Amino acid sequence: MTSVGVSTPLAGYLLVAAMLFAIGLAGALVRRNAIMVLIGIELMLNAANLNLIAFWRFGPHPELLTGMMFAIFAIAVAAAEAAVGLGLVIAIHRHTNTTELDKINRMKG
Amino acid sequence: MANTRLFVNLDQIFILIRDWLVGFLPTAFRPAAGVVLGAIAIVCVFPGLFAVVVILERKGVGRIQNRYGPNRVGPFGLLQPIADAVKALIKEDIVPSRADPVVHFLAPIVLLVTVFMAFAVLPVGRNMVLVDMDAGLLFFIAMGAATELSVFMAGWSSRNKYSMLGAMRGIAQMISYEVVLVLSTVSVVMISGSLSLTRIIAAQNSYSGIFPHWYIFTPWGAAGFLAFSIAGMAETNRSPFDVPEGESEIVAGYHTEYSGFKFAIFFIAEYLSMISISGLCATLFLGGWSAPLSFLTFIPSWIWFFSKVILSLFVFIWVRGTLPRLRQDQLMNFAWKFLLPYTLLNLLVTALWRFMGEGWLRWVVSTAILAAAYVLMGRLGLYRKHIGPRSYRYAE
Amino acid sequence: MSPIFYLLAALTIGGGLAAVLLKYLVHAALATTVAFAGLALLYLELDAQFAGFAQILVYIGAVAILIVFAILLTRGSDLPKDGVFSRTWALGLVIAAAVFAVLGWAVLQSVRAVPQQTAVPAVTVRDIGNALVGRYVLPLEIVALLLTAATIGAVIVAMHEKERPR
Repeated sequence: MTSVGVSTPLAGYLLVAAMLFAIGLAGALVRRNAIMVLIGIELMLNAANLNLIAFWRFGPHPELLTGMMFAIFAIAVAAAEAAVGLGLVIAIHRHTNTTELDKINRMKG
Repeated sequence: MANTRLFVNLDQIFILIRDWLVGFLPTAFRPAAGVVLGAIAIVCVFPGLFAVVVILERKGVGRIQNRYGPNRVGPFGLLQPIADAVKALIKEDIVPSRADPVVHFLAPIVLLVTVFMAFAVLPVGRNMVLVDMDAGLLFFIAMGAATELSVFMAGWSSRNKYSMLGAMRGIAQMISYEVVLVLSTVSVVMISGSLSLTRIIAAQNSYSGIFPHWYIFTPWGAAGFLAFSIAGMAETNRSPFDVPEGESEIVAGYHTEYSGFKFAIFFIAEYLSMISISGLCATLFLGGWSAPLSFLTFIPSWIWFFSKVILSLFVFIWVRGTLPRLRQDQLMNFAWKFLLPYTLLNLLVTALWRFMGEGWLRWVVSTAILAAAYVLMGRLGLYRKHIGPRSYRYAE
Repeated sequence: MSPIFYLLAALTIGGGLAAVLLKYLVHAALATTVAFAGLALLYLELDAQFAGFAQILVYIGAVAILIVFAILLTRGSDLPKDGVFSRTWALGLVIAAAVFAVLGWAVLQSVRAVPQQTAVPAVTVRDIGNALVGRYVLPLEIVALLLTAATIGAVIVAMHEKERPR
């Protein structure tokens, strides 16, 4: 679906992606809970995907599908990583009964 | 014989009406207006079908249980949906004080929106699809996946143990059966070569003699149809898979704390998702809007589509009245240990079918593999359970 | 810039902001879902239909549900006593702002070098399918292996340990 009226330049999409990446980074660095860090990481991965698709669309050879393939594989890998990460968070919670990152500061169980 | 001008016009009558209405507007607005009219038609027709399904279900399940259904409102109880609608609208809307108000309010809305979106890609008749997407099947499945989140929102926001438990069971069940649903559609996509629902119907719309080339009449199609129907029943939380909302088990599961209009929205959304899964089943396996015998093509295509949908709904209602509820662990075992391997085997058989070439050999081989696998896996499942032959005891 | 783009950008960034700022975890997870939906619509705006539907199917249909399940299983409804932001939140904010500044400067500097509007690529699902089993078959197989390993690993990591007999 192309937009009615003036179409959006590439820089618009890249700025949105950069903003989303910065927000995800802030979330990962600022929040205490382990799951919030994972949410921040997912936002960062999504921002990178948006970058990939935007460059695919405005790039020289969109019929080669490189950007879209990269983005689809990135979606698959991000889903796998979210699954393993959340499994780890659940396992740690079972062991130390907390998910706050400040409290999980000992190697000894 | 089949396509005289009268019958072609009857077949395309809704398209003609739409084009006539849209012709009043200037040319720039015509496509958008056409889509808006189509969306309005969907919003009017499918809830109308929902009213028909409600009365069919209550009378049908009642008759199976050896009682009349509702028979007071109107002749034979046929105006019961109106009474239900009035009741739902005038009941008090109770929100628990500890509930999360925003999420509690949004859950039924999100559910209804995603369920309605799925109807946009169903081809209701010849040329009668709202949006002919290249990846229509993927869109439908994506909308089905998005409904799971609203189940969670409803269950969590009520801050009620029963709701939470019902929501978690519901999501676990929907995720498991979604895998089976998607895999059973992959064989259809393999043979027809496209994800677009209109092209899948076009691939089934030919006749050899008088018999149609619907996919259900092939071995892998029949197995896929069975797997798809069972998974569809589980996706929409219909009996015998209705542990998340079973009344005798868990009060009402994730919609315990909803009353009045919001409960009516959940009710509508469940039946609408049942209708959309029936529609997709008809499109993928039963040939969509194509007629069953080649001399019957003069009957309009949309009549065939809705007949197939109503037939599927009747089978859903029949199964609900007949089979007992599956327990949660039985449900999950059934999905992961029987249906998923069977559907993967079905994919293999479909590939075999495709590359074996025409002739009787591929029929024999495919049917043999599928039947043998069904029997073997069934036996294997019962192997360590020491279940003896069935014995009955009757009251004296 | 078209109004649709502004709306979608606002939806996405609003969702992201709400996700990192909200107090309750479940609200943050739902705001993340809104951000995912906004991104899916942005992909559709960029004529990448397959990526958009895959985003809805995978992220909203699976990852969001994973996140809320993890929140439920780790009792995320209890708020920590010292608040939800860590003690060094200012430093985190400064780092994120610095990263955004660098990225934004790079984008705005290089905007002259990129062609601004190309024709809509006519990409069908068939082309994507051909590419997946043609040019990209090796990444496809590796991702399949990775997903299998991740599934088995996640199950093992999150499984209840059997009680060892004493």
